[in-house]
Amino acid sequence: MEDKEQEFTGAQMVMEAFIREGVDTIFGYPGGANLPLYDVLEEGGVGIQPVPPGIVPKLYPIKHYLVKHEQAAAHAADAYSRVTGKAGVCYGTSGPGATNLVTGIANAFMDSIPLVCVTGQVISPLIGRDGFQEADIVGITIPITKHNELVMDVNRIPAAMQEAFYIATTGRPGPVLVDIPRDVLQQRGKFYWADKVQLRGYRPNGTHPDAGEMAKAVELIEKAERPVIIAGHGVIIGNAYEELLRFAEKTNIPVITTLLGISGFPGTHPLYLGMPGMHGMYWNNRAINEADLLIGIGMRFDDRVTGRLKDFAPKAKVIHMEIDPAEMGKNVRPAAALLGDVKVTLRELNKILPPAKEHREWRQWIDDMRANHPSITIRETDEVLPQYVIDTIYRATKGDCYVVTGVGQHQMWAAQHFWYDKPNSFITSGGLGTMGFEVPAAMGAQAAAPNDTVWSICGDGGFQMTLQELATIAEYDWPIKFAIINNNNLGMVRQWQELFYKNNIVSTPLKNPDFVKLAEAFGVMGLRAEKKEEVEAVVLKAMAHKGPVLIDFQVKYGENVYPMVPPGASLDETIDMPKWAPEKVSA
Amino acid sequence: MGAGKGECVMATDGAGPIKPHTIIALVEDRPGVLNRIVSKWRQRSFNIESLAVGHSEVEGLSRMTFVVDANANAEQVVRQVDKLVDVVDIRDVSHEDIVAREMAIIKVKATKETRSQIIDVAEVFKADVLDVAPDSMILEATGEETKIDSLVELLRDFEIIELVRTGKVAMLRGPETSHQVPEDEQFERAPGVHTW
Repeated sequence: MEDKEQEFTGAQMVMEAFIREGVDTIFGYPGGANLPLYDVLEEGGVGIQPVPPGIVPKLYPIKHYLVKHEQAAAHAADAYSRVTGKAGVCYGTSGPGATNLVTGIANAFMDSIPLVCVTGQVISPLIGRDGFQEADIVGITIPITKHNELVMDVNRIPAAMQEAFYIATTGRPGPVLVDIPRDVLQQRGKFYWADKVQLRGYRPNGTHPDAGEMAKAVELIEKAERPVIIAGHGVIIGNAYEELLRFAEKTNIPVITTLLGISGFPGTHPLYLGMPGMHGMYWNNRAINEADLLIGIGMRFDDRVTGRLKDFAPKAKVIHMEIDPAEMGKNVRPAAALLGDVKVTLRELNKILPPAKEHREWRQWIDDMRANHPSITIRETDEVLPQYVIDTIYRATKGDCYVVTGVGQHQMWAAQHFWYDKPNSFITSGGLGTMGFEVPAAMGAQAAAPNDTVWSICGDGGFQMTLQELATIAEYDWPIKFAIINNNNLGMVRQWQELFYKNNIVSTPLKNPDFVKLAEAFGVMGLRAEKKEEVEAVVLKAMAHKGPVLIDFQVKYGENVYPMVPPGASLDETIDMPKWAPEKVSA
Repeated sequence: MGAGKGECVMATDGAGPIKPHTIIALVEDRPGVLNRIVSKWRQRSFNIESLAVGHSEVEGLSRMTFVVDANANAEQVVRQVDKLVDVVDIRDVSHEDIVAREMAIIKVKATKETRSQIIDVAEVFKADVLDVAPDSMILEATGEETKIDSLVELLRDFEIIELVRTGKVAMLRGPETSHQVPEDEQFERAPGVHTW
């Protein structure tokens, strides 16, 4: 057959699809079922001989990072996507390789991150027969992917890959999994790449919001006396940073950002108020409940934002800008529903906005609230407060870095005590709340932005869920700065035990390893700060070091995150930071 | 919840009694579609009372009719199902003007003595006799759910050996189709371009 040479193996088709989709980086882990995908990589550590007969060997110059556990591959691809705006790509083999991806996929699903996960599957005759390392990964991931597919025909691979990228990156983004049996990866077929993807059942929301709803929104803004903006992750995903800034400045409306919306608006801007909700600023929670207009932009009124839903924003009408029709009216019924891409919506809205009002009384009310409630004031003490550590990193870096966090107290402090002026510089697991995200996500961020500084703010609990990746970090010499906020406790859970379970402290104290020695065992510089005066010095030392550094900050035991809305309470019941008795302070 | 007085009106939150919802969907005829849809109802522990699936008027698309026992959150589930890539269109027609039918095949004990009585019942319900054996008969009935229920109740007197029902199929009245198959339209997208 003359055209034999124009045929591709299934694995090569996957590569051809990557090339067309602009993929240059993969995070993954090889195994029996996905070996053909490694056999066509120029790098990747597997042999490429012998050359299959009848075909010109074709190797693809795509960078593959070998992680130590597939969960890390998914988290790294997730963070890579958050930094670049492209789809993140990860590999896993069949069975345990694929199931190890599950947490990472669920994390990306909850935070609307475009991932394309390619898993090897056992050979097609073995499927459904309990083959070695078989797992029904398509069945398993149905509820946590935007879409997924088991590809049983080699000629289907190009379309399946093209659709995967299309679905993952358009509309409200999300993870897509493509599962391909090993024998299908090895078969040959014709590579057909369509000009456009056509799916009858998937038409990402039109980009232009309804004109009638736009007019309603303008009227609401015009009439509002006490308006606030609550901006969410959609601003970052939708690349609407400039548009939001213009919108806020043109209307003179103060801006609150949700946890995932942080760094979607300049942190030091005079209109910026910080985060709302469970650990949000006291003044924000009060302002939301006093407001007569809430403008939700690319956010979904999550329960951590609203507190008890029934008592949320009782005086406010709502303008909701959102790309996902299923989010409209899910938790809060909007008076103006602006369905569409928030970037386009804001751009169009900015053209027809009424002249800005001063909102002097309203802003004064918020300022007074701010002046009279400490919320995040760091108190004077000789002890190493975790908040002080975060603040020191902020002052030392001047905010010019990516901040990646895990989940828990340290995450909340990183959200509260850092003022993010660099767009899209805060990378955190918001929806799923995945402890251990901080280590592999820092890898993904650093791989995406090799010339930027990446600080990974870690909990001592979460860090130990994914610490094996220190080996990966050492191998690729990613100069990530890990700051373990080490209170030798599962701090947030301990806080709940203290406040809501009658201080019954069970299974939250941790017997931690020596993190400095641990880092050194992996070939990573290890530093420790036990006294307040050491904190700044180790931060500066870490910044001066060219390679990866891990710092063990031994912080005060028993520190709680405030303000706090108790679970099930309304925003009006926010507990502000208690008034502390004076503590020992050296002159 | 004083709507219109400037208050923020909350959406339903786990609210309302469980009621049967009749939902029709136009879906891709592909493996796993049913799994994806059913998964959304299962997540909230809503029971599917009946389900009928078959080819639609469009090649490659199937039409499904579900009857689901659900509270007011059914609306949210319908919208989430609508987001599935394999679902072209879905709507809850519980409160719309529809025709709805189901079919039942009923195997009932029938002796020389009871056979004519059963045939009388069948005639009233316009049910066909599909099979007659020395000790049994099979009837086929089509109609609204309540009609089938009544027939089944009457036949219980003769002892039902086996009962199978298709579940409800439903369609809007009037000339309109229940589901619009969208015209192809394209959206801005450049593969692999940095958006940030």
